[in-house]
Amino acid sequence: MKKSPLLCYGKSCDHPPMESTPALKIENLNFHYPGDKSSVLENVNVSIAPGEKVALVGPNGAGKSTLMKLILGLEQIQSGNISVYGHEAHACRHRVAMVPQKSSVDWMFPVTVRQVITMGRFVHLGWFKNPGKKDRDAVDQAMETMEITDIAHKQVGELSGGQQQRVMLARTLAHDADLLLLDEPLNHVDIATQELMFHTIEKICSLGKSVLVSTHDLGILTVHFSRVLFLDKTFIADGTAENVLTPQNIAKAYGFEFHKNRENTQC
Amino acid sequence: MLEWILEPLQYSFFLKGLFAGIAVAAACGILSGFIVWRGMAFIGDALAHAILPGIVLATMFGVHMLIGALIAAIFSVIAIGALTSHKGFKEDTAIGVIFAGAFALGLLLIDKVSGFKDLTHILFGNILGVSGFDLTLIIIVAFVVILMVILFYKELLVTSFDSTHALAIGLSPTVIHFGFLILTASTTVIASQTVGVVMVLALLVTPAATASLLVKELPKIMGLSIILSVISIIIGFYSSYYFDAPSGATIVMVLTIFFIAAFLFSKIKSTLVN
Repeated sequence: MKKSPLLCYGKSCDHPPMESTPALKIENLNFHYPGDKSSVLENVNVSIAPGEKVALVGPNGAGKSTLMKLILGLEQIQSGNISVYGHEAHACRHRVAMVPQKSSVDWMFPVTVRQVITMGRFVHLGWFKNPGKKDRDAVDQAMETMEITDIAHKQVGELSGGQQQRVMLARTLAHDADLLLLDEPLNHVDIATQELMFHTIEKICSLGKSVLVSTHDLGILTVHFSRVLFLDKTFIADGTAENVLTPQNIAKAYGFEFHKNRENTQC
Repeated sequence: MLEWILEPLQYSFFLKGLFAGIAVAAACGILSGFIVWRGMAFIGDALAHAILPGIVLATMFGVHMLIGALIAAIFSVIAIGALTSHKGFKEDTAIGVIFAGAFALGLLLIDKVSGFKDLTHILFGNILGVSGFDLTLIIIVAFVVILMVILFYKELLVTSFDSTHALAIGLSPTVIHFGFLILTASTTVIASQTVGVVMVLALLVTPAATASLLVKELPKIMGLSIILSVISIIIGFYSSYYFDAPSGATIVMVLTIFFIAAFLFSKIKSTLVN
Protein backbone atom coordinates (compact mmCIF):
# COMPACT_ATOMS: atom_id res chain seq x y z
CA MET A 1 0.00 0.00 0.00
CA LYS A 2 1.26 3.41 -0.90
CA LYS A 3 1.74 5.97 1.79
CA SER A 4 -0.30 9.11 1.46
CA PRO A 5 1.83 12.14 0.68
CA LEU A 6 0.52 13.95 3.66
CA LEU A 7 -0.03 11.95 6.81
CA CYS A 8 -1.69 14.21 9.28
CA TYR A 9 -3.50 12.91 12.31
CA GLY A 10 -5.72 14.59 14.86
CA LYS A 11 -7.58 17.83 15.38
CA SER A 12 -4.86 20.10 14.04
CA CYS A 13 -5.56 18.91 10.49
CA ASP A 14 -9.34 19.36 10.60
CA HIS A 15 -10.38 21.60 7.74
CA PRO A 16 -14.01 22.73 7.90
CA PRO A 17 -15.98 22.58 4.63
CA MET A 18 -15.56 25.67 2.43
CA GLU A 19 -18.69 27.64 1.68
CA SER A 20 -20.63 26.72 -1.46
CA THR A 21 -18.17 24.13 -2.75
CA PRO A 22 -19.18 20.71 -4.10
CA ALA A 23 -18.87 17.79 -1.68
CA LEU A 24 -16.63 16.12 -4.22
CA LYS A 25 -15.06 17.52 -7.34
CA ILE A 26 -12.82 15.46 -9.58
CA GLU A 27 -11.08 17.04 -12.56
CA ASN A 28 -9.08 15.30 -15.29
CA LEU A 29 -8.05 12.45 -13.03
CA ASN A 30 -5.76 9.79 -14.46
CA PHE A 31 -4.27 6.93 -12.50
CA HIS A 32 -2.16 3.85 -13.05
CA TYR A 33 -0.51 1.62 -10.47
CA PRO A 34 3.26 2.04 -10.38
CA GLY A 35 4.96 -0.54 -12.58
CA ASP A 36 1.75 -1.23 -14.47
CA LYS A 37 1.53 0.40 -17.87
CA SER A 38 -2.22 0.16 -18.38
CA SER A 39 -4.16 2.89 -16.68
CA VAL A 40 -6.90 2.22 -14.16
CA LEU A 41 -8.61 5.59 -14.49
CA GLU A 42 -8.60 7.91 -17.47
CA ASN A 43 -9.82 11.46 -17.60
CA VAL A 44 -12.34 11.18 -14.78
CA ASN A 45 -14.46 14.29 -14.20
CA VAL A 46 -17.36 14.61 -11.80
CA SER A 47 -18.97 16.92 -9.31
CA ILE A 48 -21.19 15.81 -6.46
CA ALA A 49 -23.20 18.35 -4.48
CA PRO A 50 -23.77 18.23 -0.71
CA GLY A 51 -26.78 16.05 0.11
CA GLU A 52 -26.49 13.92 -3.03
CA LYS A 53 -26.84 10.16 -2.92
CA VAL A 54 -24.88 8.63 -5.76
CA ALA A 55 -24.31 5.07 -6.90
CA LEU A 56 -21.05 4.09 -8.54
CA VAL A 57 -21.39 1.12 -10.86
CA GLY A 58 -19.14 -0.63 -13.32
CA PRO A 59 -17.63 -4.04 -14.03
CA ASN A 60 -14.82 -5.57 -12.02
CA GLY A 61 -11.61 -3.75 -12.81
CA ALA A 62 -13.43 -0.58 -13.79
CA GLY A 63 -11.55 1.33 -11.09
CA LYS A 64 -14.30 1.78 -8.50
CA SER A 65 -12.19 0.84 -5.47
CA THR A 66 -9.19 2.75 -6.80
CA LEU A 67 -11.32 5.86 -7.24
CA MET A 68 -12.51 5.57 -3.64
CA LYS A 69 -8.96 5.12 -2.38
CA LEU A 70 -7.91 8.24 -4.25
CA ILE A 71 -10.78 10.26 -2.81
CA LEU A 72 -9.84 9.03 0.66
CA GLY A 73 -6.20 9.93 0.09
CA LEU A 74 -4.91 6.36 0.35
CA GLU A 75 -3.24 6.55 -3.04
CA GLN A 76 -1.21 9.42 -4.38
CA ILE A 77 -2.81 11.42 -7.15
CA GLN A 78 -0.65 11.31 -10.30
CA SER A 79 -2.42 13.76 -12.52
CA GLY A 80 -5.63 15.70 -12.21
CA ASN A 81 -7.29 17.00 -9.12
CA ILE A 82 -9.65 15.79 -6.40
CA SER A 83 -11.15 18.20 -3.93
CA VAL A 84 -13.49 17.47 -1.06
CA TYR A 85 -15.49 20.44 0.20
CA GLY A 86 -12.86 22.68 -1.35
CA HIS A 87 -9.81 20.93 0.13
CA GLU A 88 -7.29 18.56 -1.39
CA ALA A 89 -8.38 14.93 -1.02
CA HIS A 90 -5.67 13.76 1.36
CA ALA A 91 -5.99 16.81 3.58
CA CYS A 92 -9.59 15.97 4.34
CA ARG A 93 -9.40 13.18 6.91
CA HIS A 94 -12.24 14.60 8.95
CA ARG A 95 -14.59 15.13 6.01
CA VAL A 96 -14.38 11.72 4.32
CA ALA A 97 -14.98 8.25 5.73
CA MET A 98 -15.16 4.89 4.05
CA VAL A 99 -16.80 1.57 4.73
CA PRO A 100 -14.12 -0.65 3.21
CA GLN A 101 -14.56 -4.07 1.66
CA LYS A 102 -14.33 -6.57 4.46
CA SER A 103 -10.93 -7.92 3.57
CA SER A 104 -8.97 -4.99 5.00
CA VAL A 105 -10.12 -5.77 8.53
CA ASP A 106 -8.75 -8.37 10.95
CA TRP A 107 -12.08 -9.69 12.20
CA MET A 108 -10.48 -12.13 14.62
CA PHE A 109 -8.80 -9.33 16.57
CA PRO A 110 -10.03 -9.30 20.19
CA VAL A 111 -12.09 -6.09 20.14
CA THR A 112 -15.73 -5.50 20.91
CA VAL A 113 -18.32 -3.85 18.69
CA ARG A 114 -18.20 -0.74 20.85
CA GLN A 115 -14.41 -0.48 20.63
CA VAL A 116 -14.49 -0.75 16.84
CA ILE A 117 -17.08 1.99 16.53
CA THR A 118 -15.04 4.14 18.92
CA MET A 119 -12.21 3.92 16.36
CA GLY A 120 -14.39 6.13 14.17
CA ARG A 121 -13.77 8.90 16.73
CA PHE A 122 -9.96 8.63 16.67
CA VAL A 123 -9.75 11.05 13.75
CA HIS A 124 -11.11 13.77 16.05
CA LEU A 125 -8.87 12.83 18.97
CA GLY A 126 -5.35 12.58 17.60
CA TRP A 127 -2.29 11.71 19.70
CA PHE A 128 -2.51 11.31 23.48
CA LYS A 129 -6.24 11.95 23.80
CA ASN A 130 -8.71 9.40 25.03
CA PRO A 131 -12.37 9.30 24.04
CA GLY A 132 -14.50 11.56 26.23
CA LYS A 133 -18.21 11.98 26.82
CA LYS A 134 -18.85 13.55 23.44
CA ASP A 135 -17.21 10.57 21.75
CA ARG A 136 -19.12 8.06 23.86
CA ASP A 137 -22.37 9.82 22.97
CA ALA A 138 -21.53 9.71 19.26
CA VAL A 139 -20.78 5.99 19.55
CA ASP A 140 -24.06 5.34 21.40
CA GLN A 141 -25.94 7.26 18.75
CA ALA A 142 -24.27 5.35 15.91
CA MET A 143 -25.04 2.01 17.53
CA GLU A 144 -28.64 3.01 18.04
CA THR A 145 -28.99 4.06 14.40
CA MET A 146 -27.58 0.75 13.19
CA GLU A 147 -29.65 -1.18 15.79
CA ILE A 148 -26.65 -2.92 17.32
CA THR A 149 -26.78 -1.52 20.87
CA ASP A 150 -27.61 -5.01 22.18
CA ILE A 151 -24.41 -6.50 20.78
CA ALA A 152 -22.14 -3.63 21.92
CA HIS A 153 -20.01 -5.91 24.09
CA LYS A 154 -19.75 -8.81 21.66
CA GLN A 155 -16.43 -9.63 20.07
CA VAL A 156 -16.46 -8.70 16.39
CA GLY A 157 -15.32 -12.19 15.36
CA GLU A 158 -18.60 -13.64 16.66
CA LEU A 159 -20.79 -11.50 14.42
CA SER A 160 -22.61 -12.45 11.23
CA GLY A 161 -21.68 -10.80 7.92
CA GLY A 162 -24.64 -8.43 8.16
CA GLN A 163 -23.79 -7.44 11.72
CA GLN A 164 -20.16 -6.81 10.78
CA GLN A 165 -21.28 -4.51 7.97
CA ARG A 166 -23.56 -2.65 10.41
CA VAL A 167 -20.59 -2.17 12.73
CA MET A 168 -18.53 -0.72 9.87
CA LEU A 169 -21.28 1.70 8.90
CA ALA A 170 -21.74 2.65 12.55
CA ARG A 171 -18.02 3.41 12.77
CA THR A 172 -18.40 5.70 9.77
CA LEU A 173 -21.38 7.40 11.41
CA ALA A 174 -19.33 7.96 14.57
CA HIS A 175 -16.64 9.53 12.39
CA ASP A 176 -19.29 12.12 11.49
CA ALA A 177 -17.90 12.70 8.01
CA ASP A 178 -19.60 14.86 5.38
CA LEU A 179 -18.76 12.55 2.48
CA LEU A 180 -19.28 8.82 2.96
CA LEU A 181 -17.78 6.24 0.65
CA LEU A 182 -19.24 2.75 0.80
CA ASP A 183 -17.29 0.15 -1.15
CA GLU A 184 -19.56 -2.73 -2.13
CA PRO A 185 -21.45 -2.58 1.16
CA LEU A 186 -24.13 -5.00 0.04
CA ASN A 187 -21.93 -8.08 -0.43
CA HIS A 188 -22.91 -10.95 1.87
CA VAL A 189 -25.44 -8.85 3.72
CA ASP A 190 -28.95 -9.94 4.77
CA ILE A 191 -32.04 -8.15 3.50
CA ALA A 192 -32.85 -6.51 6.86
CA THR A 193 -29.35 -5.00 7.00
CA GLN A 194 -29.62 -3.83 3.38
CA GLU A 195 -32.88 -2.05 4.15
CA LEU A 196 -31.43 -0.48 7.28
CA MET A 197 -28.38 0.70 5.33
CA PHE A 198 -30.49 2.36 2.66
CA HIS A 199 -32.68 3.95 5.31
CA THR A 200 -29.58 5.28 7.10
CA ILE A 201 -28.04 6.58 3.87
CA GLU A 202 -31.33 8.37 3.15
CA LYS A 203 -31.19 9.98 6.58
CA ILE A 204 -27.56 11.04 6.22
CA CYS A 205 -28.29 12.70 2.88
CA SER A 206 -31.27 14.56 4.27
CA LEU A 207 -28.83 16.16 6.71
CA GLY A 208 -26.89 17.60 3.78
CA LYS A 209 -24.14 14.98 3.69
CA SER A 210 -23.18 13.14 0.53
CA VAL A 211 -22.91 9.41 0.03
CA LEU A 212 -21.16 7.52 -2.75
CA VAL A 213 -21.93 3.80 -2.86
CA SER A 214 -20.15 1.41 -5.19
CA THR A 215 -22.03 -1.69 -6.21
CA HIS A 216 -22.22 -4.24 -8.98
CA ASP A 217 -25.85 -4.99 -8.14
CA LEU A 218 -27.64 -3.00 -10.82
CA GLY A 219 -31.09 -4.06 -9.61
CA ILE A 220 -31.21 -1.86 -6.54
CA LEU A 221 -30.25 1.32 -8.35
CA THR A 222 -33.60 2.37 -9.73
CA VAL A 223 -35.22 2.14 -6.30
CA HIS A 224 -32.62 3.71 -4.07
CA PHE A 225 -30.51 6.15 -6.06
CA SER A 226 -31.43 9.32 -7.88
CA ARG A 227 -28.06 9.53 -9.59
CA VAL A 228 -25.89 6.80 -11.03
CA LEU A 229 -22.31 7.07 -12.24
CA PHE A 230 -21.25 4.36 -14.67
CA LEU A 231 -17.49 3.87 -14.44
CA ASP A 232 -15.37 1.99 -16.91
CA LYS A 233 -11.96 3.65 -16.49
CA THR A 234 -13.79 6.88 -17.20
CA PHE A 235 -17.40 7.84 -16.59
CA ILE A 236 -19.29 6.49 -19.59
CA ALA A 237 -22.62 7.72 -18.25
CA ASP A 238 -23.94 9.97 -15.49
CA GLY A 239 -27.61 10.55 -14.71
CA THR A 240 -30.73 8.81 -13.49
CA ALA A 241 -30.76 5.02 -13.34
CA GLU A 242 -33.07 4.83 -16.38
CA ASN A 243 -30.77 6.97 -18.48
CA VAL A 244 -27.54 5.36 -17.37
CA LEU A 245 -28.44 1.69 -17.35
CA THR A 246 -29.19 1.44 -21.05
CA PRO A 247 -28.49 -1.84 -22.84
CA GLN A 248 -25.84 0.02 -24.89
CA ASN A 249 -23.92 1.22 -21.81
CA ILE A 250 -24.12 -2.16 -20.12
CA ALA A 251 -22.88 -3.93 -23.23
CA LYS A 252 -20.12 -1.38 -23.65
CA ALA A 253 -18.81 -1.90 -20.13
CA TYR A 254 -19.68 -5.47 -19.31
CA GLY A 255 -18.98 -6.82 -22.78
CA PHE A 256 -15.30 -6.68 -21.93
CA GLU A 257 -15.59 -7.97 -18.44
CA PHE A 258 -13.96 -11.34 -19.06
CA HIS A 259 -11.03 -9.62 -20.71
CA LYS A 260 -10.73 -7.11 -17.88
CA ASN A 261 -10.69 -9.72 -15.16
CA ARG A 262 -7.72 -11.34 -16.79
CA GLU A 263 -5.89 -8.08 -17.17
CA ASN A 264 -6.50 -6.66 -13.77
CA THR A 265 -7.81 -8.73 -10.92
CA GLN A 266 -6.92 -6.24 -8.24
CA CYS A 267 -9.82 -3.87 -8.42
CA MET B 1 5.87 -20.77 55.06
CA LEU B 2 6.25 -17.03 55.58
CA GLU B 3 9.84 -17.54 56.57
CA TRP B 4 10.35 -19.63 53.46
CA ILE B 5 9.18 -16.68 51.39
CA LEU B 6 11.01 -14.01 53.34
CA GLU B 7 14.35 -15.74 53.76
CA PRO B 8 15.79 -15.08 50.29
CA LEU B 9 14.57 -11.48 50.35
CA GLN B 10 17.34 -10.50 52.75
CA TYR B 11 19.94 -11.04 50.05
CA SER B 12 20.45 -8.09 47.78
CA PHE B 13 21.30 -10.26 44.75
CA PHE B 14 17.92 -11.97 45.13
CA LEU B 15 16.04 -8.70 45.54
CA LYS B 16 17.76 -7.15 42.53
CA GLY B 17 16.94 -10.17 40.42
CA LEU B 18 13.36 -10.25 41.64
CA PHE B 19 12.76 -6.58 40.84
CA ALA B 20 14.40 -6.99 37.45
CA GLY B 21 12.24 -10.04 36.79
CA ILE B 22 9.02 -8.27 37.73
CA ALA B 23 9.90 -5.30 35.53
CA VAL B 24 10.63 -7.62 32.60
CA ALA B 25 7.44 -9.58 33.22
CA ALA B 26 5.34 -6.43 33.20
CA ALA B 27 6.89 -5.19 29.94
CA CYS B 28 6.54 -8.58 28.25
CA GLY B 29 2.99 -8.98 29.52
CA ILE B 30 1.83 -5.66 28.14
CA LEU B 31 3.46 -6.26 24.72
CA SER B 32 2.36 -9.87 24.57
CA GLY B 33 -1.26 -9.06 23.68
CA PHE B 34 -0.26 -7.09 20.59
CA ILE B 35 2.50 -9.54 19.60
CA VAL B 36 0.07 -12.45 19.59
CA TRP B 37 -2.79 -10.63 17.89
CA ARG B 38 -0.70 -8.78 15.34
CA GLY B 39 0.82 -12.15 14.42
CA MET B 40 4.36 -11.15 15.38
CA ALA B 41 5.48 -14.17 17.41
CA PHE B 42 8.22 -15.04 14.94
CA ILE B 43 9.77 -11.59 15.11
CA GLY B 44 10.15 -11.79 18.89
CA ASP B 45 12.16 -14.95 18.49
CA ALA B 46 14.17 -13.46 15.65
CA LEU B 47 15.08 -10.35 17.63
CA ALA B 48 16.13 -12.44 20.59
CA HIS B 49 18.61 -14.31 18.43
CA ALA B 50 19.72 -11.27 16.48
CA ILE B 51 20.99 -9.51 19.62
CA LEU B 52 23.72 -12.10 20.12
CA PRO B 53 26.40 -10.35 18.00
CA GLY B 54 25.62 -7.11 19.85
CA ILE B 55 26.25 -8.77 23.18
CA VAL B 56 29.54 -10.30 22.04
CA LEU B 57 30.79 -7.11 20.43
CA ALA B 58 29.84 -5.12 23.52
CA THR B 59 31.90 -7.48 25.65
CA MET B 60 34.82 -7.14 23.21
CA PHE B 61 34.80 -3.37 23.44
CA GLY B 62 34.08 -3.24 27.12
CA VAL B 63 30.64 -1.72 26.75
CA HIS B 64 27.75 -2.94 28.87
CA MET B 65 26.15 -6.08 27.44
CA LEU B 66 22.60 -4.76 27.44
CA ILE B 67 23.60 -1.63 25.53
CA GLY B 68 25.27 -3.74 22.84
CA ALA B 69 22.18 -5.91 22.68
CA LEU B 70 19.89 -2.90 22.35
CA ILE B 71 21.92 -1.50 19.47
CA ALA B 72 21.95 -4.88 17.70
CA ALA B 73 18.20 -5.26 18.15
CA ILE B 74 17.47 -1.84 16.74
CA PHE B 75 19.80 -2.54 13.81
CA SER B 76 17.92 -5.76 13.09
CA VAL B 77 14.60 -3.95 13.16
CA ILE B 78 15.87 -1.39 10.67
CA ALA B 79 17.31 -4.13 8.45
CA ILE B 80 14.04 -6.09 8.51
CA GLY B 81 12.11 -2.92 7.76
CA ALA B 82 14.41 -2.04 4.84
CA LEU B 83 14.17 -5.55 3.37
CA THR B 84 10.39 -5.63 3.74
CA SER B 85 9.91 -2.34 1.95
CA HIS B 86 12.21 -3.46 -0.88
CA LYS B 87 10.43 -5.13 -3.80
CA GLY B 88 7.59 -6.44 -1.66
CA PHE B 89 9.65 -8.95 0.30
CA LYS B 90 7.38 -10.63 2.80
CA GLU B 91 8.24 -9.74 6.37
CA ASP B 92 8.75 -13.33 7.53
CA THR B 93 11.27 -13.89 4.74
CA ALA B 94 13.18 -10.79 5.80
CA ILE B 95 13.03 -11.87 9.43
CA GLY B 96 14.31 -15.34 8.56
CA VAL B 97 17.32 -13.99 6.67
CA ILE B 98 18.33 -11.43 9.31
CA PHE B 99 17.67 -13.71 12.26
CA ALA B 100 19.79 -16.64 11.11
CA GLY B 101 22.53 -14.38 9.74
CA ALA B 102 22.87 -12.34 12.92
CA PHE B 103 22.84 -15.40 15.17
CA ALA B 104 25.54 -17.04 13.06
CA LEU B 105 27.61 -13.88 13.24
CA GLY B 106 27.21 -13.91 17.00
CA LEU B 107 28.39 -17.51 17.28
CA LEU B 108 31.40 -16.85 15.04
CA LEU B 109 32.34 -13.81 17.10
CA ILE B 110 32.10 -15.80 20.34
CA ASP B 111 34.48 -18.31 18.86
CA LYS B 112 37.00 -15.57 18.11
CA VAL B 113 36.77 -13.78 21.45
CA SER B 114 38.98 -15.48 23.97
CA GLY B 115 37.73 -15.52 27.50
CA PHE B 116 34.11 -15.30 26.53
CA LYS B 117 32.63 -17.80 28.93
CA ASP B 118 29.22 -16.35 29.49
CA LEU B 119 27.54 -18.07 26.57
CA THR B 120 25.21 -20.18 28.67
CA HIS B 121 24.16 -17.10 30.60
CA ILE B 122 23.26 -15.36 27.37
CA LEU B 123 21.49 -18.34 25.90
CA PHE B 124 19.62 -19.38 29.02
CA GLY B 125 19.63 -16.28 31.21
CA ASN B 126 21.11 -15.58 34.62
CA ILE B 127 18.57 -13.73 36.63
CA LEU B 128 20.44 -14.01 39.92
CA GLY B 129 23.46 -12.31 38.41
CA VAL B 130 21.73 -8.95 37.88
CA SER B 131 23.95 -6.03 38.88
CA GLY B 132 22.82 -2.67 40.20
CA PHE B 133 23.39 -1.09 36.82
CA ASP B 134 21.52 -3.91 35.04
CA LEU B 135 18.59 -3.39 37.34
CA THR B 136 18.47 0.36 36.70
CA LEU B 137 18.63 -0.17 32.95
CA ILE B 138 16.00 -2.93 33.01
CA ILE B 139 13.60 -0.82 35.08
CA ILE B 140 14.05 2.22 32.84
CA VAL B 141 13.49 0.21 29.64
CA ALA B 142 10.48 -1.61 31.10
CA PHE B 143 8.99 1.66 32.30
CA VAL B 144 9.43 3.32 28.91
CA VAL B 145 7.92 0.31 27.10
CA ILE B 146 4.87 0.22 29.36
CA LEU B 147 4.42 3.98 29.11
CA MET B 148 4.65 3.88 25.30
CA VAL B 149 2.07 1.10 24.97
CA ILE B 150 -0.32 3.04 27.22
CA LEU B 151 0.27 6.35 25.40
CA PHE B 152 -0.08 4.85 21.93
CA TYR B 153 -2.63 2.17 22.76
CA LYS B 154 -5.28 3.79 20.58
CA GLU B 155 -2.96 3.93 17.57
CA LEU B 156 -1.65 0.39 18.07
CA LEU B 157 -5.23 -0.83 18.30
CA VAL B 158 -6.47 0.84 15.12
CA THR B 159 -3.43 -0.15 13.03
CA SER B 160 -3.77 -3.76 14.22
CA PHE B 161 -7.47 -4.03 13.53
CA ASP B 162 -7.83 -2.11 10.28
CA SER B 163 -4.74 -0.62 8.68
CA THR B 164 -6.77 0.96 5.87
CA HIS B 165 -8.84 2.89 8.38
CA ALA B 166 -5.65 3.96 10.15
CA LEU B 167 -4.25 5.28 6.90
CA ALA B 168 -7.54 6.96 6.09
CA ILE B 169 -7.44 8.98 9.31
CA GLY B 170 -3.89 10.07 8.56
CA LEU B 171 -2.04 7.56 10.69
CA SER B 172 0.81 5.56 9.17
CA PRO B 173 0.60 1.84 10.02
CA THR B 174 4.24 1.52 8.92
CA VAL B 175 5.45 4.08 11.47
CA ILE B 176 3.40 2.48 14.26
CA HIS B 177 4.65 -0.98 13.29
CA PHE B 178 8.24 0.24 13.32
CA GLY B 179 7.79 1.88 16.71
CA PHE B 180 6.27 -1.30 18.07
CA LEU B 181 9.22 -3.31 16.74
CA ILE B 182 11.62 -1.03 18.60
CA LEU B 183 9.62 -1.59 21.81
CA THR B 184 9.66 -5.35 21.21
CA ALA B 185 13.40 -5.26 20.53
CA SER B 186 14.11 -3.34 23.74
CA THR B 187 11.95 -5.71 25.76
CA THR B 188 13.62 -8.72 24.19
CA VAL B 189 16.97 -7.39 25.34
CA ILE B 190 15.97 -6.95 28.97
CA ALA B 191 14.09 -10.25 28.95
CA SER B 192 17.12 -12.11 27.64
CA GLN B 193 18.85 -11.37 30.95
CA THR B 194 16.16 -13.29 32.81
CA VAL B 195 15.26 -16.22 30.56
CA GLY B 196 18.01 -16.05 27.95
CA VAL B 197 17.75 -15.43 24.23
CA VAL B 198 16.54 -18.94 23.45
CA MET B 199 13.44 -18.64 25.59
CA VAL B 200 12.50 -14.96 25.40
CA LEU B 201 9.79 -15.93 22.97
CA ALA B 202 7.90 -17.70 25.75
CA LEU B 203 7.59 -14.46 27.73
CA LEU B 204 6.45 -12.54 24.66
CA VAL B 205 3.91 -15.05 23.40
CA THR B 206 2.71 -17.52 26.02
CA PRO B 207 1.15 -15.03 28.49
CA ALA B 208 -1.21 -13.52 25.91
CA ALA B 209 -1.87 -16.91 24.31
CA THR B 210 -2.99 -18.15 27.73
CA ALA B 211 -4.97 -15.00 28.52
CA SER B 212 -6.75 -15.10 25.15
CA LEU B 213 -8.16 -18.50 26.08
CA LEU B 214 -9.71 -17.04 29.21
CA VAL B 215 -10.77 -13.46 28.42
CA LYS B 216 -11.78 -11.79 25.19
CA GLU B 217 -11.01 -8.09 25.25
CA LEU B 218 -7.51 -6.84 24.54
CA PRO B 219 -7.12 -4.69 27.70
CA LYS B 220 -8.13 -7.70 29.81
CA ILE B 221 -5.80 -9.97 27.84
CA MET B 222 -2.98 -7.53 28.50
CA GLY B 223 -3.77 -7.25 32.22
CA LEU B 224 -3.97 -11.00 32.66
CA SER B 225 -0.76 -11.48 30.65
CA ILE B 226 1.08 -9.22 33.06
CA ILE B 227 -0.26 -11.12 36.07
CA LEU B 228 0.65 -14.50 34.54
CA SER B 229 4.17 -13.50 33.64
CA VAL B 230 4.84 -11.88 37.04
CA ILE B 231 3.64 -15.05 38.82
CA SER B 232 5.84 -17.21 36.58
CA ILE B 233 8.87 -15.05 37.23
CA ILE B 234 8.35 -15.21 41.00
CA ILE B 235 7.91 -18.99 40.96
CA GLY B 236 10.96 -19.32 38.73
CA PHE B 237 12.92 -17.26 41.20
CA TYR B 238 12.13 -19.20 44.28
CA SER B 239 12.71 -22.54 42.63
CA SER B 240 16.03 -21.23 41.37
CA TYR B 241 16.96 -20.21 44.91
CA TYR B 242 15.77 -23.28 46.78
CA PHE B 243 16.19 -26.11 44.30
CA ASP B 244 19.00 -24.68 42.22
CA ALA B 245 16.78 -25.12 39.14
CA PRO B 246 17.70 -23.04 36.08
CA SER B 247 15.54 -19.95 36.42
CA GLY B 248 14.84 -19.40 32.71
CA ALA B 249 13.63 -22.92 32.09
CA THR B 250 11.51 -22.89 35.24
CA ILE B 251 9.83 -19.61 34.26
CA VAL B 252 9.01 -20.94 30.80
CA MET B 253 7.74 -24.23 32.24
CA VAL B 254 5.41 -22.41 34.64
CA LEU B 255 4.09 -20.26 31.77
CA THR B 256 3.53 -23.38 29.68
CA ILE B 257 1.70 -25.15 32.50
CA PHE B 258 -0.59 -22.12 32.84
CA PHE B 259 -1.23 -22.31 29.12
CA ILE B 260 -2.09 -26.01 29.19
CA ALA B 261 -4.40 -25.47 32.17
CA ALA B 262 -6.15 -22.58 30.41
CA PHE B 263 -6.44 -24.61 27.23
CA LEU B 264 -8.03 -27.56 29.06
CA PHE B 265 -10.32 -25.17 30.94
CA SER B 266 -11.60 -23.50 27.77
CA LYS B 267 -11.95 -26.88 26.02
CA ILE B 268 -14.03 -28.27 28.88
CA LYS B 269 -16.05 -25.07 29.09
CA SER B 270 -16.92 -25.08 25.39
CA THR B 271 -17.83 -28.80 25.55
CA LEU B 272 -20.14 -28.13 28.49
CA VAL B 273 -21.78 -25.18 26.75
CA ASN B 274 -22.47 -27.26 23.68
